[in-house]
Amino acid sequence: MVTAIQSDTDLRRRAWEAASQVVDPEIPVLTIADLGVLRDVEVHEGRVEVAITPTYSGCPAMYMIALEIELALERAGMPRPTVRTVLSPAWTTDWMSEDGRNKLREYGIAPPQASNSRRALFGEQQVACPQCGSDNTELLSEFGSTSCKALWRCKACCEPFDYFKCH
Amino acid sequence: MAVANIQVSETPLVLYTLRRADDALILGHRLSEWCGHAPMLEEDMALANMGLDLLGQARELYTYAAKVEGRGNDEDKFAYLRDVRQYRNLLLLEQPNGDFARTMVRQFFYAAFADLYWRAMMRSTDATLAAIAAKSEKESAYHVRHSSEWIVRLGDGTEESRRRAQGAIDELWAFTGEMFEVDDSERGLIDGGIAIDPANLRPQWLKTVSDVVREATLVLPDNNWMQQGGRSGRHSEHLGHLLSELQSMQRTFPGATW
Repeated sequence: MVTAIQSDTDLRRRAWEAASQVVDPEIPVLTIADLGVLRDVEVHEGRVEVAITPTYSGCPAMYMIALEIELALERAGMPRPTVRTVLSPAWTTDWMSEDGRNKLREYGIAPPQASNSRRALFGEQQVACPQCGSDNTELLSEFGSTSCKALWRCKACCEPFDYFKCH
Repeated sequence: MAVANIQVSETPLVLYTLRRADDALILGHRLSEWCGHAPMLEEDMALANMGLDLLGQARELYTYAAKVEGRGNDEDKFAYLRDVRQYRNLLLLEQPNGDFARTMVRQFFYAAFADLYWRAMMRSTDATLAAIAAKSEKESAYHVRHSSEWIVRLGDGTEESRRRAQGAIDELWAFTGEMFEVDDSERGLIDGGIAIDPANLRPQWLKTVSDVVREATLVLPDNNWMQQGGRSGRHSEHLGHLLSELQSMQRTFPGATW
């Protein structure tokens, strides 16, 4: 019995490791662990079940992510894994790791600010340009290339950039 | 070959969830009709993005309704295999896109409501509805901000944009009362803390709407006669046309999958 528990713990650890390597197909510098999408890994009778939480309600990347998790676990030698979606508590950009925020910035996407800025009506927020770091920026559109991004422009270096919206 | 409509056993919670799911699906579909036709690229993306948010909300709500009903229906069956009279969405949301001003006024009236509604529903005693609400309220915050800015821009813009925005407000106003209605089926859920009473949201909704409309130098109609029927399946002629397009694939090739 002790051996079984130990092997479950070991399996869980290996499964977490494999699942946490899966990247967001839209932002391939971020893993689902960086994003805070990976919530839990459980082992039931030797089979792995991964719990993820959706980011935006309609985000099509979630299905890709679920599929990639299953493939990653299969490749790591864990047969017939399942992926479960948990709605509560709702995902927020506050769960994104500091490491994830830095990776986003280096990739050219301004990382999300604290989620309490979301309710600042009529665009009171200030977002620093991920290219040159200037605060002299402006919002072009609340909605960008994916559900999670808004389109901004830097008035200092004149480059447009994506901003990962607060959620 | 005709495809049979599904039967739905509309217990109060199933009906309540389906009504909100239908709202999200129908408005989401309307917004998707703009794809490739919006006046500028940024708006094309914005409208499609908001449509996608709503479609995502619809899927979660349909999936939950199916689970509560427990009769083998699923999100696809609810969307594709119910006819007009089985749809439970607000009449406002099935109204045609018209011009951009009309689409924005419809969006604004609904988003200003949805934002308050989902925030209130986060306190639902139903854990799944509360979780869907927690996700949806974040999205609706963007939707109301986006449409508010457009109402101001259109109303306080050119003579032409102002005329169209005012015309849209006058035409759509009579469809806003339905958002605050409650029937016996919902009353029990409200008493049980599963649903919230939308009548309590109306003062705040009216304030938001009035403030933005005033800033846009537009006016709300005096007429308070309100149209109703969507929640019990009595729809305008527009929904049938919408569904014929939305459902055409499943009706033509029953059971087709990707």
